[in-house]
Amino acid sequence: MNIVVCVKYVPDAQAERTFNASDNTTDRENVDGLLSELDEYAVEEALKLAEAGEGEVTVLTVGPDSAADAIKKALQMGADKGVHVNDAAIHGSDAVATSLVLAEAIKKIGSVDLVITGMASTDGTMGVVPAMLAERLGLPAVTYASELTVDGGVATIRRDGDASTQTITATLPALVSVTDQINEPRYPSFKGIMAAKKKPVDTWSLADLGVDASQVGLDAAWTRVESFAARPPRSQGQIVTDEGDGGQKLAAFLSERKFV
Amino acid sequence: MFELSQDHEDFRKVVRDFAEKEVAPNIAKWDADAYFPTDLVPKMGDLGLFGLVVPEEYGGSAGEGGGDFTSLCVAIEELGRVDQSIGITLSAGVGLGINPILTFGNDEQKERFLPDLVAGRALAGFGLTEPEAGSDARATRTKAVRDGDEWVISGAKAFITNSGTDITSVVTVTARTGTEDDGTAQISAILVPAGTPGFTVEPAYHKLGWHVSDTHGLTFEGCRVPAGNLLGAEGEGFKQFLKTLDDGRIAISALAVGCAQACLELATDYAKTRTAFGRPIGVNQGIAFQIADLAVMVEGARMLTYKAAWLKDELHAGRRSVKEVKHAAAIAKLYSTEAAVTATRIATQVFGGNGFMEEFPVARFYRDAKILEIGEGTSEVQRMLIARGLGLPQA
Ligand SMILES: Cc1cc2nc3c(=O)[nH]c(=O)nc-3n(C[C@H](O)[C@H](O)[C@H](O)COP(=O)(O)OP(=O)(O)OC[C@H]3O[C@@H](n4cnc5c(N)ncnc54)[C@H](O)[C@@H]3O)c2cc1C
Repeated sequence: MNIVVCVKYVPDAQAERTFNASDNTTDRENVDGLLSELDEYAVEEALKLAEAGEGEVTVLTVGPDSAADAIKKALQMGADKGVHVNDAAIHGSDAVATSLVLAEAIKKIGSVDLVITGMASTDGTMGVVPAMLAERLGLPAVTYASELTVDGGVATIRRDGDASTQTITATLPALVSVTDQINEPRYPSFKGIMAAKKKPVDTWSLADLGVDASQVGLDAAWTRVESFAARPPRSQGQIVTDEGDGGQKLAAFLSERKFV
Repeated sequence: MFELSQDHEDFRKVVRDFAEKEVAPNIAKWDADAYFPTDLVPKMGDLGLFGLVVPEEYGGSAGEGGGDFTSLCVAIEELGRVDQSIGITLSAGVGLGINPILTFGNDEQKERFLPDLVAGRALAGFGLTEPEAGSDARATRTKAVRDGDEWVISGAKAFITNSGTDITSVVTVTARTGTEDDGTAQISAILVPAGTPGFTVEPAYHKLGWHVSDTHGLTFEGCRVPAGNLLGAEGEGFKQFLKTLDDGRIAISALAVGCAQACLELATDYAKTRTAFGRPIGVNQGIAFQIADLAVMVEGARMLTYKAAWLKDELHAGRRSVKEVKHAAAIAKLYSTEAAVTATRIATQVFGGNGFMEEFPVARFYRDAKILEIGEGTSEVQRMLIARGLGLPQA
């Protein structure tokens, strides 16, 4: 089974994240980045499937030079090879354009049985790329999987909703997006780190994919960030002194704000 | 000279990430409860931490282009940066548990114990210290007498790390097996599997620090093990433990670097954010200069540690002498552990009253640091070794 995992290199959520003042895009230069934590679940799920049977796992990322680190981490975890689509024209692309580039890259990889993605990126958190990508590839999309099994050419997922749990199947080839409930991603082992150095990574430009630069980037984006402002610092909390009526004061405070 | 490779740095990132996610969120509770997190050990095994100096045939990664002693030091430093007890669990697990078996064991002994130890399914201890024999380990009183196909061991050991966990599989015990021609004790090392009748693990000590590390006294009363459990040749025990301790010293030095590094980071952050007299306390030279000194100590300790580790790897490759490594190990251990104790003193001072509160990790580091100057050879013993290495006259 050939599995492609789409991963994103994102600014570390623990760090001070900000936007570029010039074009209101995410600042990816001045903040340390990493493989999006939500995508680690996708990598782990692909590795588990590959380990359980015959399979090869390719990690695919679209991003600038630094995004190579996301591929490296996935290879250290155990993926077999990497594809990095890197082209200056991609800067500022929205989800629509990103899904186009991903789709063309997956077509170029060829004979893919299963595409696995995270449920959203930890920076944009739009969560729409998986569905867009499936649409472009003409694949069934089974999203938000908290459990995945593949048997006899059929992928079965469990999707946990607020009110119900759904079991959904799709015939392969298919696209599955996974939640952070599906597994516990492994840490790369020392051997994995060493092995990753010898694994192949292809770097493709838009031209390699036959995508025209006018279809991607900030200018082609369907949406744009008009302005941004730092979140105002949290205001001082209100201290309630308990003079025997602490409980009542608390209840009043909460009901005033319609919490109770 | 020496530098850390990209592989070492990549590995450092992974161990740091592991320590911050698997250890940091739990450590305050584990420490308060003096709880040994048995479940963490196989996870450390999955990362490959116990196998860095062990060949592939036993599940390790050592060898050309693979793990080495330097990578082990990186792992100990990074675990130690988050918590010292977890760092010593690895350091002792490899240095005192795995190392003697790997270095002196025969094939049968290695095959029996190493795969589980490397995978983190088991831990091993090294029982050298006794109630009446610490720095002067030659004064060992524990005895092993040969009776047919068995050794019969009697005596007691003190302060043995990793000796009483749920997954401890074996303790390497040093014991007198006779008298040398010059009248001194002949010492041999013997493998005593956990659960052997006559081998009792005493209740855990109440320690000043290292609450999460497993430490017990051990007693042996007519404890019988097969003759084949002798590690290496009879009478080699003294040489064996000296060699084991040389490696262990560099590992303790790495643990001390982790401690000092944590203090540097914590103190720097706190000095930027804590205000007194209307400005951050870091504005005051009285604070800033102490933190500057702390940075110098961390750097010095790290250099000495990784130089010693590099020499040890070079020794392994046949390019350096044992003497050079011994000397570098003693220097690194002495400097780094004393720097770590000073670092915790500075960090707690920068934190003021909060530094005395268990809610703040600096308090834990303060308690944990002291043992660094004592275990695997006290500071005085390091000075003795360094002086001897310089050729100074001996008493
Ligand atoms: C938490 C913990 C874990 C440990 N883990 C292990 C373990 O796994 N395995 C193991 O075998 N041991 C272990 N030890 C023991 C440790 O290595 C010894 O405590 C240490 O070597 C010191 O020995 P001692 O306690 O007998 O002190 P002593 O040897 O009695 O020393 C007391 C003091 O006298 C000084 N001194 C002694 N001789 C001289 C001299 N000639 N010149 C100058 N000063 C001198 C010492 O430096 C020290 O300051 C552990 C100890 C602790 C506390």
